[in-house]
Amino acid sequence: MARAITAEDVVHAPQGHGGSGKNYLNAEKGILSWLTTVDHKRIGVMYLVSTITMFIIAGVLALVLRLELLHPGKDFMGAPAYNQVFTLHGAMMVFLFIIPGIPGGLFNFILPIMIGAKDVAFPKLNLLSLYLYWAGAAFTISAILTTGLDTGWTFYVPYSSTVSPTAVIAVTFGVFILGFSSILTGLNFIVTLHKLRAPGITWYRLPLVLWATYATSLIQILATPVLAITLLLLIFERAFHIGIFDPKLGGDPVLYQHFFWFYSHPAVYIMILPGMGIISDVIAVHCHRRIFGYKAIAFSSVAIAMVGFLVWGHHMFTSGQSRLAATVFSFITFIVAVPSGIKVFNWTSTMWGGSISYKTPMLYAMAFLFLFTIGGLTGLFLGMLNVDLHMHDTYFVVAHFHYVMVGGTVVAFIGGMHHWWPKITGKLYNERWGAIAAILVFVGFNMTFFTQFFLGSRGMPRRYWSYLDQFQPLHAFSTYGSWVLGAGLFMAFFNLMLSLKYGEKSGPNPWGGLTLEWKTASPPPTENFYRTPVVTHGPYEFPSTGKAKH
Amino acid sequence: MSSAATADDREDGDLAEKSPQFHTAHHFDKADTQFDAGRLGIWLFLVTEVLFFGGLFCAFFIFRSWYFDSFVEAHHHLDKVMGATNTVVLISSSLTMALAVRAAQTTNKKLCTMMLLITLACAGAFLVIKFMEYSHKIHDGLLPGIAFSAEGFKTGHAHVFFSIYFMMTGVHGVHVVIGMGLIVWILLRNMRGDFSSRFYAPVEGVGLYWHLVDLIWIYLFPLLYLVG
Repeated sequence: MARAITAEDVVHAPQGHGGSGKNYLNAEKGILSWLTTVDHKRIGVMYLVSTITMFIIAGVLALVLRLELLHPGKDFMGAPAYNQVFTLHGAMMVFLFIIPGIPGGLFNFILPIMIGAKDVAFPKLNLLSLYLYWAGAAFTISAILTTGLDTGWTFYVPYSSTVSPTAVIAVTFGVFILGFSSILTGLNFIVTLHKLRAPGITWYRLPLVLWATYATSLIQILATPVLAITLLLLIFERAFHIGIFDPKLGGDPVLYQHFFWFYSHPAVYIMILPGMGIISDVIAVHCHRRIFGYKAIAFSSVAIAMVGFLVWGHHMFTSGQSRLAATVFSFITFIVAVPSGIKVFNWTSTMWGGSISYKTPMLYAMAFLFLFTIGGLTGLFLGMLNVDLHMHDTYFVVAHFHYVMVGGTVVAFIGGMHHWWPKITGKLYNERWGAIAAILVFVGFNMTFFTQFFLGSRGMPRRYWSYLDQFQPLHAFSTYGSWVLGAGLFMAFFNLMLSLKYGEKSGPNPWGGLTLEWKTASPPPTENFYRTPVVTHGPYEFPSTGKAKH
Repeated sequence: MSSAATADDREDGDLAEKSPQFHTAHHFDKADTQFDAGRLGIWLFLVTEVLFFGGLFCAFFIFRSWYFDSFVEAHHHLDKVMGATNTVVLISSSLTMALAVRAAQTTNKKLCTMMLLITLACAGAFLVIKFMEYSHKIHDGLLPGIAFSAEGFKTGHAHVFFSIYFMMTGVHGVHVVIGMGLIVWILLRNMRGDFSSRFYAPVEGVGLYWHLVDLIWIYLFPLLYLVG
């Protein structure tokens, strides 16, 4: 029997093995070495750069929208321009940032390291995913440069198939390609989690972020193909008028909505589950406490993924589906709240009695708990049949999904970026500016979107460029809030960017985490570990707490 | 622990002897893990294919129940003999594909090459017959959408049937073409001597894909050609 492998072996290169100073960032030089890499860390970084660029563009579009809404009537955009801007904001945020951002970017980077693997199961396929993302993004963005797109991110027929004068085919073909990128990433991660876990990493020793990854990947595989065929049919409908969706030709526009939401409702869990995963890890590490209810959080991720497939009809309460269908969809929608609630209670319980360090990632995690809870609970209003008939297509819906998607996923993403930033770049950012930015984001977000609950419940419809005078004060407050939110996000961004040049060097484990990514160097060497690590404990068995308290 | 390691080494030595072209990728601990990963990946991919076609099947069933009379009337314009012939051709190709996988597993390079060639020929025959059917339909003005110019239907929604027909068989046809490309790829690798009883994963993977393409046609034929 060979001598036991220690942490020393895993982190330090053996004699004659390169030596110190080499990591994945400086192992090879030149643009070409990045474009042809199969290293999951480099691919993850390229995903992060790409998706964050899209986030900034789509975010600026949002600021433009809010600015137009400062006063009723036309400030600088009329209806056609406004329709195009909100469509591109939505489509870019959903398809080019939120869906690929966390899995393709952050998880690509940390997943193999967390399970002690050298790479994902199919490294070349991983690179193909990135290339498909770029190709899909090129088609989608080409719409901006040609005729724009004004259908909303949902591409509803028959407007998209026969009426809209804009570049529907270019964008939907782009999203079609993006779907394959998403499918291949999900497939890669599932196989990696099954086949490449290092010795000792049982399923119940996986960090919870990887359970969330697994659940997300399942949805990516099972839902995205349906979007692909839907968009293909839409492209043929628009190009050749084949009469599948066009009611004038005998087709069924409600069928389009069923197909679209069969993907796009599970897709909102593709968006939120990664955020929930990040929060689980950030809270446990920054509270230095064993996570409360490990299995409950793990299985609630899988439960959300499964039940999420059965609720798509709640987007269509006013679309003319049968009363029976609407009632059943409404009931199942309430069931989704159960696993989500389980998570929130477990996260809160984890903080109870922990030694909380209020570092930037933890501030974002606490903001997440607050915002996601509001977003989740207002979702129940909308899942209720009679209430939804009043709230449908109002700002209440806009506020609800921004609380979940931005207050939930984006806040978790930024928190995760701060949490793993020292690992990815080897640099520490400025804590004080990080904290100020987090607080600005939290305050600005609530100013912007809590206001919209009031607007919506008073009857302000979504997707309108102008409105009645009585809504002006609330709209103005929301717009001021968007400036605070924008300032906070830019501050967070520049704080991270400046750390690349001025930040202190980070050690391997700046937060005192116990999972494998904190055992290797920051930034990690190309092969992650010099020897395959052997894991003998769970991911959150912090020494100071845990057993003594129970 | 140490005895298991030597067993792995011996297996890998066996592999190097039988399939010298094969190298275990650096991130797998041993070749069998890599094969398992590939196999799981293929099966997951097939699941996505089923869901992809699932949307079309769903649309088919909805319009079949809405416009049943049109579907019955329109489907008489399909050539049942050609459809049935194609079904036999494709099922035969699945058999030869399965035999090719078996031949690869038993390191029978010559048989594997022959079986792959027959599979390829069947796939080609399928496409030729499909092409004959398509050109006949196009000649009759049955291409759906703006190109639909056929007249004399007693029911109102025959064009919807042909939309579904061309979408389903068209997407399936694209899969056949991709499958032929994949078969050529493993054929060339087999002739180069890549595969052996220790390494046949690509043949098996392409085989699984081919069976799915075949399976989808087995559903398409009765649904489209034998409506009522």
